[in-house]
Amino acid sequence: MLSAILTVLLQATAGAAIGQVGAALGAALAAIGAGMGIGKIGAAAMEAIARQPEASGDIRSNLIVSAALIEGVAFFAVIVCALVLFV
Amino acid sequence: MLKTAKVFLIILALSIVNFVPLGAQHANEHISEEQETHTEESFNAGKFVIDHVSDAYDWHIASFGDKHISIPLPIILYSKNPDLHNGKGFHVFMSSKFHHGHSDYKGFRISHSEEFEGKIVELDAQGSEIGKPIDISITKTVAGIFASVVILFWIFLTVARNAKNNKGKAPSGLQNLFEPIIIFIRDEIAKEAIGEKEHERFMPFLLSLFFFILVNNFMGLIPIPPFGANVTGNIAVTMVLALFTFGVTTISGNKHYWKEIYNPDVPWWLKFPIPLMPIVELSGVITKPFVLMVRLYANMLAGHMIVTVFVSLIFIFTSLMGTAAGFGISPVSVAFSVFILLLDVLVSFIQAYVFTLLSALYFGMATSEHH
Repeated sequence: MLSAILTVLLQATAGAAIGQVGAALGAALAAIGAGMGIGKIGAAAMEAIARQPEASGDIRSNLIVSAALIEGVAFFAVIVCALVLFV
Repeated sequence: MLKTAKVFLIILALSIVNFVPLGAQHANEHISEEQETHTEESFNAGKFVIDHVSDAYDWHIASFGDKHISIPLPIILYSKNPDLHNGKGFHVFMSSKFHHGHSDYKGFRISHSEEFEGKIVELDAQGSEIGKPIDISITKTVAGIFASVVILFWIFLTVARNAKNNKGKAPSGLQNLFEPIIIFIRDEIAKEAIGEKEHERFMPFLLSLFFFILVNNFMGLIPIPPFGANVTGNIAVTMVLALFTFGVTTISGNKHYWKEIYNPDVPWWLKFPIPLMPIVELSGVITKPFVLMVRLYANMLAGHMIVTVFVSLIFIFTSLMGTAAGFGISPVSVAFSVFILLLDVLVSFIQAYVFTLLSALYFGMATSEHH
């Protein structure tokens, strides 16, 4: 009974673009993760600049470096998803 | 009040009327699909975008229906079966001989098969594809690198000459523009990350890296040849840059650096019998340049793809709803493209800065003393 259900399920999904759905979902989740991470960094940087405006140059450089590192990881996930879609 | 209502109704009626041809169009499309071969293909957005951001054997400028305007580039091949080509191993010819992928030349062809799509393949005596020769052609990306190298040499030889002539005086001319940037890289990136003592021997590499990435990023944004080649959005180029960083880090690693990798200051059970920490550290050594490569590649490729997608919106709307819709969407499309291009200028700066900063940090870690 269970194997019959599984066979039917397999035949239904064979050729279905379930891999493409997975890739698109993965890219979307990576975008959400990057957005949340960089948002937190930005919030902390704003607060730090508000507390000590003289240090804003230092804080700005650190903000940009951290944002670029987080974005790098997100782009990693996007590239993997793109490879799934197009290769 | 009545006047605005009438105007609104007219506009509403006109937009509804535009949808009527759609139904007729769909019916016509199914009938004439078999007859359409080369002309009047519907616009394939995915292929358009990928073609515009990928490497190519000639520098394509514009197409008018069937006519293509492009700059041919040299193709340099080394065949592993010289007996198929009258005993000649090396082949050099211009890419115009391929006529944009429609004809063969001297036993070579740009393949359209699944396996070798877009690449040059060798043909045997019967005309079937056997494999790829060793391909060291000057493709669009390579030509773009040559163009950027010419610009870099011109800029920096001028700056150096100005600096020599201005010894003891205030900077002037092109030197005035580049000296603050060079000082920024020396003080904020190299001295901060590597330290006062060791930073000077890494400065040439860091400066070359920063300006190479910056100039190539900018050149990718200008669509006019010789500028519009997507150099840094090509994973081979960024892989080589990351390999350079990896090579310099490995060569200049001192004893303390290798000790931290193979014998870090952790509890003994993480190192013996299964060397867990050394495995983690070694994977870190490989991962850090790899992430450098992917970060620059993905940032630049994404920027170029987004601009191309916004421009191709015009063609998608035209093929779906007629020329009027295409004209209507053009201002929106161009405005978005300009916005994304400006964002890309900022991203170019940031990516060049981050690549250089992280390379400097790795050099600093490689040459740091025990504290």
